[in-house]
Amino acid sequence: MTETPAKPDVQSAAISDFGIDTTSMSTGEAVKDYFSRIKAGQLGSLPAVLGVAVLLVLFSALSSDFLTLNNISNMLQQGAGQTIIAMGIVFVLLLGEIDLSAGTASGVCASLLALHYVKSGNLLGGMGSSVFFIFIAVLGLAAVLALYQKIWAGAGAALLALLLVAIGVPANPWLEMLLAICTGTAIGCITGFLVSKIGMPSFVVTLALFIVWQGVILQFIGEGGTLPIYTDAVLNKVTNGTLPVFASWILAVIAVGAYAAVVLGQHFSRLRRGLVAQPTAIVLFKVGAVALIGVVITYLLTLNRAQNANVVIEGVPYVVPIVLFLLVVGTYALNRTRYGRHIYAVGGNAEAARRAGINVPKMRTSVFVISSTFAAIGAIVYSSKAGSVNPDAGGLNTLLFAVGAAVIGGTSLFGGKGRVVDAVIGGAVLAIVTNGLYLLKQSAATINIITGLVLLLAATVDALSRRRAAASPR
Amino acid sequence: MSEPILDIKGLNKSFGPVHVLHDVDFAVRAGEVTALVGDNGAGKSTLVKCVAGIHPYDSGVVRFDGADAHIRGPKDAADLGIEVVYQDLALADNLDIVQNMFLGRERGNSWLLDEASMEQAARETLASLSVRTVKSVRTLVSALSGGQRQTVAIAKSVLWNSKVVLLDEPTAALGVAQTRQVLDLVRRLAEQGLGVVLISHNMADVFEVADRINVLYLGRMAAEVQTKDVTHGQVVELITAGRSGDLGLARPEAVAM
Repeated sequence: MTETPAKPDVQSAAISDFGIDTTSMSTGEAVKDYFSRIKAGQLGSLPAVLGVAVLLVLFSALSSDFLTLNNISNMLQQGAGQTIIAMGIVFVLLLGEIDLSAGTASGVCASLLALHYVKSGNLLGGMGSSVFFIFIAVLGLAAVLALYQKIWAGAGAALLALLLVAIGVPANPWLEMLLAICTGTAIGCITGFLVSKIGMPSFVVTLALFIVWQGVILQFIGEGGTLPIYTDAVLNKVTNGTLPVFASWILAVIAVGAYAAVVLGQHFSRLRRGLVAQPTAIVLFKVGAVALIGVVITYLLTLNRAQNANVVIEGVPYVVPIVLFLLVVGTYALNRTRYGRHIYAVGGNAEAARRAGINVPKMRTSVFVISSTFAAIGAIVYSSKAGSVNPDAGGLNTLLFAVGAAVIGGTSLFGGKGRVVDAVIGGAVLAIVTNGLYLLKQSAATINIITGLVLLLAATVDALSRRRAAASPR
Repeated sequence: MSEPILDIKGLNKSFGPVHVLHDVDFAVRAGEVTALVGDNGAGKSTLVKCVAGIHPYDSGVVRFDGADAHIRGPKDAADLGIEVVYQDLALADNLDIVQNMFLGRERGNSWLLDEASMEQAARETLASLSVRTVKSVRTLVSALSGGQRQTVAIAKSVLWNSKVVLLDEPTAALGVAQTRQVLDLVRRLAEQGLGVVLISHNMADVFEVADRINVLYLGRMAAEVQTKDVTHGQVVELITAGRSGDLGLARPEAVAM
């Protein structure tokens, strides 16, 4: 080479060849770019967000009861359980797998929690000795399988559940919730092992387990039985309780402040390092919009919404911080950690991931562990809302609504595409549809038909946008 | 003539009763493009997989950078600095260029990825290879053309300060313009001082970029020649018959006598 002295210049000139990579876009260009991506079929969760907006307008026009404060908080509480289960299912869908057993697995956790509470901690008496020892053996098996696959968190949770059951802790709502969650994790270790190590298709494994867990629920509760849990203040308040007004505002400030800090911090650090970033105006607009929505919703929920003049119901329901927390943790895990990056990679091209040195079977097991753990948390929330656990807990609808919520939000069933927030948006759509139709005094038949059609519509949008994306010029 | 960076002597490999590689000698020199050609079933892919550690070899001596090396698995090869870019690209469609280039070797700790540093490194690598066809390093791979994907896969192997890059049919599925891009890139890899091995069926490509051509014929190394010393016709003869004039394997009748 004759022009060796000019090497640094050559490099910087080459870098500037990356067009939009160094020259940051203006606000107008960014907006234009966004629309061109939508035209190209990269819709993201836009259809679901639009769906929420349309449904809100539609139902508030049709029913005067719909957009009342009471009903808004009611919808949040109704939808939270299935939304949380859907969040866990997103992880499974990201690998292109399916977890049909999430619903009944959540039911097992719910019935275990209720059984422990109702029998005052005497699980041995509640289950009968043979069932009790089989249950302990299954928890032990889950721990062994988790250790075998080096999933330490799963093994720890399974052993903790084993310990809680074996030493017979007294009835305590916190311990019961811990037991339910750890049992959910243990269930996931077994599902994951069967799928990733034995190599059965997840559809078959989880279909079989779906039926098995349904039987286990029946065994725990007894046919036609109901285990009330609303008599415990803590278990009842998980979903039905609300934060005090002051705490609600603190929550709003923390949530909005943290969002702004993360988004703005990242934005300015990218700008400082000379990397391409979105225009500052758009970032500020996003932060402002989130702050506005947060403040408005918090304000509305801190007004007294009791229909009876003698009581006061105000404050943000506990499920809001619960869902927000899980949303933040899940999103962080998927977007900012190595683990999340590897999940997307395995979902996109398992062979490429394997060649890059990623332990694909372990990733596969881990998503089932996550799914079952989220299912257990969802079980606590929906059982608290219902006030009791019966053999229908976590039945078919629970699962299908959860999968439906994830898909409506924009998560693909083919793997590699999806976010945790999809589950929240999709869960909102389903909660609004169910609640709105109920207020319109529609029969269960109509509600089912319309909910199914909404899911079909979402799947259609996904398929069409995928075709569009495949056909768009490269 | 420089000392080879990767020097293989007397490599043998059998799959059960099938003796695929017979006493193969193969040398890769830094800063040169070494083409590996041969008919289907000649053993090109097997040789590459032995070097990459995917198949363990039965016997033979492998010297890397002047020292004896034992390649027993893909990790050994990667530790030495040997990278293979496979025909079926090992890229995840749903990830962007940066994410693919760092897949499995992300920067940052496992609880927080260092996106900014990865993005800068990816851009610098692509820029150092004068890759100008990619608009943004944050483009999803699904939105790239075949040539761009091949470019990313090759650039990925450069990012790891590898010393030897083996390219398995990098232009097989590409159009004219995209082949051009990839061949330019292959040349630039060698200019950066890497030892490049190009496996190809396309004589035009081989003659354009290769400094040296190695011909495999039925599991034997038929010839190692300088590109400038031979013609297309001679190489094709070597591929199909194992010899061409004085070049190549000894005549069978000579062996028989």
